[in-house]
Amino acid sequence: MNLASFLALAAILFCIGLYGVMTKRNAVIVLFSVELMLNATNINLVAFSKYGVIPSITGQVFTLFSLVIAAAEAAVGLAILMALYRKKGTVEADKYNSLKG
Amino acid sequence: MNIDGELIAFFVFSLLAIGGAVFMINLTRVMHMALALAFALLSLAGIYILLEAPFLAVMHIMIYTGAVSVIMIFGIMLTKHKVDAHELEPPRFGFNLLSLLGTGLLFAIIMWVIYQFPFVTTGVESPAFKVQDLGAELFKQYMIPFEIASILLLAALIGAIVLARREENE
Repeated sequence: MNLASFLALAAILFCIGLYGVMTKRNAVIVLFSVELMLNATNINLVAFSKYGVIPSITGQVFTLFSLVIAAAEAAVGLAILMALYRKKGTVEADKYNSLKG
Repeated sequence: MNIDGELIAFFVFSLLAIGGAVFMINLTRVMHMALALAFALLSLAGIYILLEAPFLAVMHIMIYTGAVSVIMIFGIMLTKHKVDAHELEPPRFGFNLLSLLGTGLLFAIIMWVIYQFPFVTTGVESPAFKVQDLGAELFKQYMIPFEIASILLLAALIGAIVLARREENE
């Protein structure tokens, strides 16, 4: 196994997530896609921790912190979505245009 | 390249992960999308095991396939979703095509960079990291970030409760 295979897998997952963020109207699905992108970056960190120029366990520590941030992001993002849903009555991301001037 | 078990496992896990992600994008019902994403995240734990990070793999299953998926499914169940075709707005083919082109371009650039400029390996064999090493690193060198992360989790917990609470005067 080499480093490039894992980086390629991470790139594929990141691009699928990016496509989902850009094209999906449903705000819940946009949150899903963001989770997918965060996971792709985690794979990169762990792959460099094993196959990097200087193998080090620091990549795994960073991945743990990234997991914590992603969990907090999911919880707060969903709470904001709930508040917006009560306000607007929809989960369509296109309808959330209150900040439009 | 010789075919060994590690390579086969990598192909199977990455195929499952990419397949789950593609299904997540293409399915129509939101609950099916959530299940496909949980499946993709579960197979990513296998990738972590291949990378000799078993603690991270277990944490990944607990946090992502457990907690985050359940949070997302609660989010789906507490909101109303259009399921029938006549309720959905017509798909924006031009915009989708443009997004696909942009994402494909980014993907091509990343792959070109990865394979054109491979990372120089010094031949240093990575030592087999144990969970003890991870704990020692986390609680010695990264003690303060660890505490800050716990404060962040507390703030996120309180913030989520305050944001999602129904206001009395509504």
